[in-house]
Amino acid sequence: MSAPRPGSYLLGGMRRLGSVTIFLVRLLIQCVPALARPGLLVQQVYNTGARSLIIIMLSGLFVGMVLGLQGYDLLQRFGSEEALGIAAALGLLRELSPVITALLFAGRAGTALTSEIGLMRATDQLTAMEIMAVDPMRYVAAPRFLGGVIAMPLLTAIFSLIGLYGSQLVGVQMMGVDRGVFWSQTQGSVDLHDVNEGLVKSLVFGVACSLIAVHEGYHAEPTAEGVGLATTRTVVASSVIILLLDYVLTAVFL
Amino acid sequence: MSPAAAAADASTAPAGDVVVAVRDVHYAAGGRPIFDGLDLEVRRGRITAIMGPSGTGKTTLLRLITAQIAPERGHVEVFGEDLATLGRRGIYGLRRRMGMLFQNGALLTDMDVFENVAFPVREHTDLPDSLIRLLVLTKLQAVGLRGAAGLMPAELSGGMARRVALARAIVMDPEVLIYDEPFVGLDPISLGVIVRLIKRMNEALGITSVVVSHDVHELATIADDSYLLSAGKVAAAGAPQQLRDSNSAAVRQFMTGSADGPVPFHYPAPDYAAQLLEAGER
Repeated sequence: MSAPRPGSYLLGGMRRLGSVTIFLVRLLIQCVPALARPGLLVQQVYNTGARSLIIIMLSGLFVGMVLGLQGYDLLQRFGSEEALGIAAALGLLRELSPVITALLFAGRAGTALTSEIGLMRATDQLTAMEIMAVDPMRYVAAPRFLGGVIAMPLLTAIFSLIGLYGSQLVGVQMMGVDRGVFWSQTQGSVDLHDVNEGLVKSLVFGVACSLIAVHEGYHAEPTAEGVGLATTRTVVASSVIILLLDYVLTAVFL
Repeated sequence: MSPAAAAADASTAPAGDVVVAVRDVHYAAGGRPIFDGLDLEVRRGRITAIMGPSGTGKTTLLRLITAQIAPERGHVEVFGEDLATLGRRGIYGLRRRMGMLFQNGALLTDMDVFENVAFPVREHTDLPDSLIRLLVLTKLQAVGLRGAAGLMPAELSGGMARRVALARAIVMDPEVLIYDEPFVGLDPISLGVIVRLIKRMNEALGITSVVVSHDVHELATIADDSYLLSAGKVAAAGAPQQLRDSNSAAVRQFMTGSADGPVPFHYPAPDYAAQLLEAGER
C-alpha cells in the first residue's frame, strides 16, 4: 500500500467538514417539525440527559472536591484562603463544568447515540422508514440532536452546583474556611457575565457533540466494524472539537 | 388458460395496466456494471417474481423501484410516473402507495409489535387511538400474530419478525407490495406460511406483488409472471413453467441449480497446475 499523499488528508478533512455542514443544515430544517413532537423530544432528553445524570453528578462532586483541595493549598500560601469560594465558582462556571460535562457527554451519550443510529442503519430500520415515507432525518436524527442540545446546559448547571458543593465540603468542612465568607465572597464576585460564559459554552458544546454523534451514526458503514469505528470517531472528534472551541470561546469572552 | 382463470385474470389485471416499468436501465456500483439495459414490467394485480443468482442486482433493482437510488441511464416508472422527474415530496407520495418487506424485517427495535405495525398509521394519519387499535389488530390477525402484539422485536423468531413486517407493510393498504428475499433463512413451516400469506395478500386484497428471490421452487407455486436476471439483463421472462422449459443454458443452469454452466463454479483464477508448482507464500 502506498503512503497517502499529504494533500489527501486535507482534502478528506475538507470533505468531512462539508458533509457535516450540509448535514447540520438538513438537521436544522427538520428541527422545526421535530419541535412539534414534544413526546419524541422528551424521550430523547431523558435518554441523553437523565441517563447521564449519575456520571455527571459523581464527576462534579469529585472535581469540586479536588478544586477545594488544590485551591485551598494555593490560596493559603498568599494568606487568602477566604477567596476559595470565588476561585471554585468562577473555575467551575466558566471553564470546568462546560468542558468536563461535554467530554463526559461525548463518552456517555454521544457514543450511545452513534451506536444506536448506526445499528438502525445496519439493520435497515432507517431504510424501512424511508420506504414508509417517514423521513428518518425528522423522526430519528432531529429529536436526538435537539435532545442533546437541550440536555447539555442542564447537565452543565447540575455539574456546577454539585461541584460548588464539593469544594465547599472540602474547603469549609475539612479545611476550616469560614462558611459565611465562602458563600458571601462567591455571591459577591460571580456576575451574570460568568454565568453567560458557561451557558454559551455548554450550548455550543451541546450542538457540536450532538451533531457529531448523530452525523457519525447516520453515516456509519452498516457493519459491526463500521458502527464500532463510528463510535470511536464520535469520542475522538467530540473531544478535540470541545477543547478547540473552548479556547475560541474563552478568547471571545475575555 | 381455462376460461374461468381468464375471467379472473381479466377482472384483476386489465391489459396494459403496468404499475412498475423499468426501461433500458443502466446502473453501476463501485465501477462494476450491475444493469446493462434492463427492461421489465410489473402488471397490476399480479405476482411478479424476479429471480437470479446472487450478485445479479436483485436488491439493487428494488432500490431503483423504490427510488432509493437513481439509474445512470434509462427510466423507472411507478404508477405511470417517471421517478427521475419527481422531487422528494413526489417520491414520498408514491412510497405511501407501496409497501416493502425487508429481508430481516427491519422492525423498529425500540417499540413493541403493536407499535411497529401502528407506526406508519400514526405518522401519516390523525386517526384516533381506538381506530388505530382496530386497524392494527386486524392486520396482525391476518398474519396470525394478534397474540404477539405485546412482544418486542428481539423476542420474535425470524419468521415471526417477517410476518410482523408484512403486517406493517400492509397496514396503510398499499397498491404494490415488494418482497425482498422473503424465503431466506426460514424453516419449512414458516416458509409455507409466508408463501401462503403472499398469495392471500394478492388474492384477497388485490395487491400487486413483486417478489425478489432466488428460491425457484417456492416462486413457481405463486408467481404469475417471472423474470430471470443475468449479466445485467433479463435473461428470460414468462410464466414460471415457461422458464423451466427454456432451452437457454443460463436459464437451465439456474432453474436446475447446476454447479457449473454459463455461471462458472470457479472464480477467475490463474492456471491451477501452474499455481501449485510455482514457489510463493500463497
